[in-house]
Amino acid sequence: MISAPDVVAFTREEELEDDLYREPPLPEEYSVPLFPFSGQGANPWAKVAGSKFTRDFILISEFSEQVGPQPLLTIPDDAKVSGTFDLNYFSLRIMSVDYQASFVGHPPGSAYPKLNFVEDSKVVLGDSKEGAFAYVHHLTLYDLEARGFVRPFCMAYISADEHKIMQQFQELSTEFSKASECLKTGNRKAFANELEKKLKDLDYTRTVLHNETEQQKKANDKGYYTTQAIEKANELASVEKSIIEHQDLLRQIRSYPYRKLKDSEFHPYEPDCALDRADVGSDQNPTASDPTELGETHLYTHVPSYTPKLIKAKSAKCFDKKLKTLEELCDVYFFTQTLDQLHHIERTFRGDVCYLLTEQISRALLKQQSVTNFLFEDVSVLDEKPPEKQYRGCQGLGQDAIDEKCSEESLAPKVVISLGSYKSSVECVPIKMEQETEDSEEPKMSESVISEHQENLDYLDADIKGSISSGESIEVLGTEKSGSGLTKSESQASLPVIPSPQAGRSKVGSRRTVSEDSIEVLSTCPSESLIPEDFKASYPSAINEEPYADDDEGGLRFTPRANPGVDDGQDDISKEESLVQVDAACCIGKESPNFLEALPELGQKPCEEDGVVRIPPQPYRPAEQGLRGGFPSHHGLPGGLLPCELDSRYLTGSREVSKSSLDECSDSTSHISSAASTCSDRTPSPAHPACAAGERHRKRAGQNALRFIRQYPFAHPAIYSLLSGRTLVVLGEDEAMVKRLVTALSIFVPNCGAYAKPVKHWVTSALHLVDFQKWKLIGLQRAVSPAGVNVLHALSRYSRYLSILDADSKTLRCPLYKGTVVARLADHRTQIKRGSTYYMHVQSILTQLCSKAFLFTFCHHLHLPISEREPEESVVNRRMNFLKHQLGLANEDIKIVQYLAELLKLHYIQEPGQGGNPLLRFDYVPSFLYKI
Amino acid sequence: MLRWLIGGGREPQGSAEKSSVQTIGEEQIQNPYTELLVLKGHQDIVRFLVQIDDCRFASAGDDGIVFLWNAQTGEKLYELHGHTHKITAIAPFSSSDVTEEKTDFIITASADRTVIVWDCASGRQVQKVSCFHSTVKCLTVLQRLNVWLSGGSDLCVWNQNLDLLCKTSHLTDAGISALVELPKNCVAAAVGKELIIFRLSASNNGSEVWNILEVKRLVDHQDNISSLISVNDLTFVTGSYIGELIVWDALDWTKQASECNFWDSSVHPDVQTEIKLSQSPHESSVQHLTSDDECVFAAVGKGIYVYNLQMKRVIACQRTAHDSSVLHIEKLPNRQLISCSEDGSVRIWELREKQQLPAEPVPTGFFNMWGFGRANKQANQAAKKMQENTPVYFLDLVGDLIGHSSAVQMFLYFGELGLATCSADHLIILWKDGERESSLRSLTLFQKLAQNGDLQLKL
Repeated sequence: MISAPDVVAFTREEELEDDLYREPPLPEEYSVPLFPFSGQGANPWAKVAGSKFTRDFILISEFSEQVGPQPLLTIPDDAKVSGTFDLNYFSLRIMSVDYQASFVGHPPGSAYPKLNFVEDSKVVLGDSKEGAFAYVHHLTLYDLEARGFVRPFCMAYISADEHKIMQQFQELSTEFSKASECLKTGNRKAFANELEKKLKDLDYTRTVLHNETEQQKKANDKGYYTTQAIEKANELASVEKSIIEHQDLLRQIRSYPYRKLKDSEFHPYEPDCALDRADVGSDQNPTASDPTELGETHLYTHVPSYTPKLIKAKSAKCFDKKLKTLEELCDVYFFTQTLDQLHHIERTFRGDVCYLLTEQISRALLKQQSVTNFLFEDVSVLDEKPPEKQYRGCQGLGQDAIDEKCSEESLAPKVVISLGSYKSSVECVPIKMEQETEDSEEPKMSESVISEHQENLDYLDADIKGSISSGESIEVLGTEKSGSGLTKSESQASLPVIPSPQAGRSKVGSRRTVSEDSIEVLSTCPSESLIPEDFKASYPSAINEEPYADDDEGGLRFTPRANPGVDDGQDDISKEESLVQVDAACCIGKESPNFLEALPELGQKPCEEDGVVRIPPQPYRPAEQGLRGGFPSHHGLPGGLLPCELDSRYLTGSREVSKSSLDECSDSTSHISSAASTCSDRTPSPAHPACAAGERHRKRAGQNALRFIRQYPFAHPAIYSLLSGRTLVVLGEDEAMVKRLVTALSIFVPNCGAYAKPVKHWVTSALHLVDFQKWKLIGLQRAVSPAGVNVLHALSRYSRYLSILDADSKTLRCPLYKGTVVARLADHRTQIKRGSTYYMHVQSILTQLCSKAFLFTFCHHLHLPISEREPEESVVNRRMNFLKHQLGLANEDIKIVQYLAELLKLHYIQEPGQGGNPLLRFDYVPSFLYKI
Repeated sequence: MLRWLIGGGREPQGSAEKSSVQTIGEEQIQNPYTELLVLKGHQDIVRFLVQIDDCRFASAGDDGIVFLWNAQTGEKLYELHGHTHKITAIAPFSSSDVTEEKTDFIITASADRTVIVWDCASGRQVQKVSCFHSTVKCLTVLQRLNVWLSGGSDLCVWNQNLDLLCKTSHLTDAGISALVELPKNCVAAAVGKELIIFRLSASNNGSEVWNILEVKRLVDHQDNISSLISVNDLTFVTGSYIGELIVWDALDWTKQASECNFWDSSVHPDVQTEIKLSQSPHESSVQHLTSDDECVFAAVGKGIYVYNLQMKRVIACQRTAHDSSVLHIEKLPNRQLISCSEDGSVRIWELREKQQLPAEPVPTGFFNMWGFGRANKQANQAAKKMQENTPVYFLDLVGDLIGHSSAVQMFLYFGELGLATCSADHLIILWKDGERESSLRSLTLFQKLAQNGDLQLKL
């Protein structure tokens, strides 16, 4: 096996990724029918993109009082992005669904115009003709010159993939709210400045007028007023009224409730706060300064740039003046901040939704494995804190957590919308919606509520999909108010009828109306805050009933695929439960209740036909009661009872499965939503912006690792060395080559703690024992100099602690490996071609290993005697039995798990403050020399 | 292996040279030490390790700093600064007189001609004496009398409070190299080639007046005495630089037996030539002695010799136990012997009887690949020859510990807790039984789980 000639065929130096599509053709019987749209980056589930733009983008438009809806800018700012997509048209669409007619003016009962601090509104809308779906975030900015002092704007995230918008609604909303908050903060500041200037103008005008009136009075002492004088007096009066009004406006804008900002974890920079206050102070004791004495007043010396102007009584017609640009409306600083934020949003959400979801799910899962996740995960991923919050959007929440969530959500400034204002705004929209009367059941269908029952809703969703009516070009796919008159429209086929469980979250609640008008709003703001408290308690039943009611009415079609899947899942659950009970009796011991509770949830995962985690993971509630870390979530948990189907799926090495493209196989998580996802986006998708670099590194490492396992027949013992904690030294003359090997192998190195990987890419001096404690993978220079000989002497001296991979002569000296885990991890016959895919494959196997190590570590009776009198030998026997039979480990695999278990123990018992002494564990085992 | 690494065939000399040293290879079933902790702190050669109690030890060396360590966790407890030069002697001292509470001290002597007493509980310097005319080279605590002795160019007697009780006149410039307590309030001091017996006497009224008297001078050694130990109440043993070993009666200070050049080739005529080649004064000096009730174990040059007091002869030896001088040896309770050497390695030996021949050496197929085969074979042959000539016992290599990159000066055996070694590479390594440590960690883990309330016992 070691020197099998077929291995050599794969040994290539060039970047395999580039050759992806130039591979020699497979034999006919193995070939998978080519996907007609296969191109770089396309996935086989991708729908033909009907959109006219190539990738997602962000559009900012304004409803201008002069020209109507108009697009202002796009992000990325590239004409190619929007392509032939009609931005003007789309601006019209998105601006016309702004329900937030924020009223500024004289409200009845108020003497002065009143500013409304309106909340932003968020809607999702789709335009199936254009193939565009958008998250639209409306906001109003204040402009003194504008009608009613307000200028409506909106920011829209436009994508060809409806599911992305729906599923990422929460995340989009959060991110856009930040941007909006930033814009509005800048705007308030600018508006206040503007008001101040205006006040000065008015003041000046008043003084001028006053003087003129006085002069006139003096000039004519006839005892009666000329019409001219009366006019002047009127003018003066109106100016004075205007001053009062503007002062009131200024007071209002300054009294903006800043506490909202505090709640929203977002603190926009307030650079000139102090200065503003100073201005206020100076304004509050208005001086009747004569404009002629202006030069002498020092009151305005700190704003020397501004000279008050005389204001004409009749202002110019609004069409004559030029409206302020967005940049002028907001402070330049805040404007750029906003742009940064928007760019950030664009980067975050670009790419196919399946990547986003996979990433979010895996991050959420990883967070739960708090005990084991340090072993193989990127430190950067673990350190970030946002994921939890972001993830909440697509994650079902435990029922008990809902209240908490609601309260949190309502704290956030963005999502809340008052029912009253909403009602009124609906009327403004020229959409024919069959509104039911105030049916309070509708709000219950809010997403967070529903997501908990997603498993029930898989099929339901399919049906709703089926009822999409898109005869018109823009659809309101659902609002809180949209009627439940669910009618199948003839155009239903315009969207594929594919079950897409993820979409359930946001779509279950949505009902379509057949609207003769052209706009369909997919959904509006999440309405948790609208749910009456007493309904929250009862919603589960409401949800379960409603689908079936719809069934009769709207012709639910149960997809035949989903149901058996569910059944299977249940079978699995019961099977696994029974297995675990056995298991628990013998080894899990006292922790078994937790274990049992955890499993049904785990069992859900495989229930999907395509072997995919279709349901966004539920929080493992047992984990909260039990061990601090959740259970690693894969169904290989019951150890030795590892189902063989799992093996066949994950065993990329096994030849039996080679028929299905293994690339996809290990990539299976991407099945999740891709069934329905449109391939709108051909840009590479960084899973998370923060780890974009990490992602690249992973890809690179995966690629190198793939090459390594193909090129070196002794990859297995080398990887075994790394996994069992024996330092591997890569020895070579060529730095680049050594570094490449080190990078390749680094993905197999378990972390010793929550700091960086114990990998040293390049060392030129002799190694010492301390190095082996610190580093588990070392790239070492082979030099011909006397120093080089020292280096080799040190290597030979410490050879018992080391495995040595000689990159120059292609030899490996390390202990023998006869286990099976590494064979799965690194099969040189693997069909995986992409580095990132292989990386994922490795991660999945390593996660399995981690969970075994976790079980092994935390089973009390495996390490400590049950009773006082129990001899040590029987504990040892039990331990070995567990490893061999329960965890199904063979030979050297045991050592891997033992090593990981030691790391877990050390990590757990380590006091937070101390680094702890790194210790070196080793075995006295003979080494062998492997050659190519 | 080295040859393989270098890739050429030009480096075989090294291994040929070493061929006489027994090697064990990488598979060491009986070696319990599968985990190690490196304790860093010293900035120069670490020469002394001294045990304070069951789980603490102190280390000292040429940097003048004394460290206190926890032998279980490897935690650094205290760093004691006070000496400006290298430390020349260290001794633990526990007093429990006034209150029943036992307090541990350590006394250190340094080349800066001071002696400091440290409190191990607080890490504080208790007292410092700097009235010495020369460097104190050895310290001995006479626990029974509650006094301690310092040996330099003269011999001083101190009580616990560091009051000088009495002292001898100036003995020699070279100073006392070793001190050992003998019965009847006597001490033996090695001064150059001479062995001087002193008697310590408290004066009649029992008050503060002490006296120290020279009782006898023994001049049997041909060369400077390098080591001096007390075997039991009846015997003590000295060794010299040219390899004389003399067994003395501790009561009347007469020579009971002596073994001169017992490592000499006379015992092994067939390997004589080789021995002679490598024979040099340094090679035959008695570096260190240790003993149990029956035997004295001597580190002589590169070899280890077991001298039976009853039979008055060497019963087992390993003539080239290490690649270079053996610096320290110690006998373990389980018939094992540990030695450390200038070559940076520590070896574990087992004293076996001839009848219990080990099984045939491990199949050499693998070793051959690494070039170990030849070495092994020779070692085996040597062992066989030894069996023919040496009586009853032989030393079998059980395991070796390789970690230090320079001479291992000393080690301290902590029983279950493991083994601490100190070296010229400034490091102390704590060798531990991996299995035991692993289960200890499990214990800690579950204790912590219970503590944190993470372990909810659902019955």
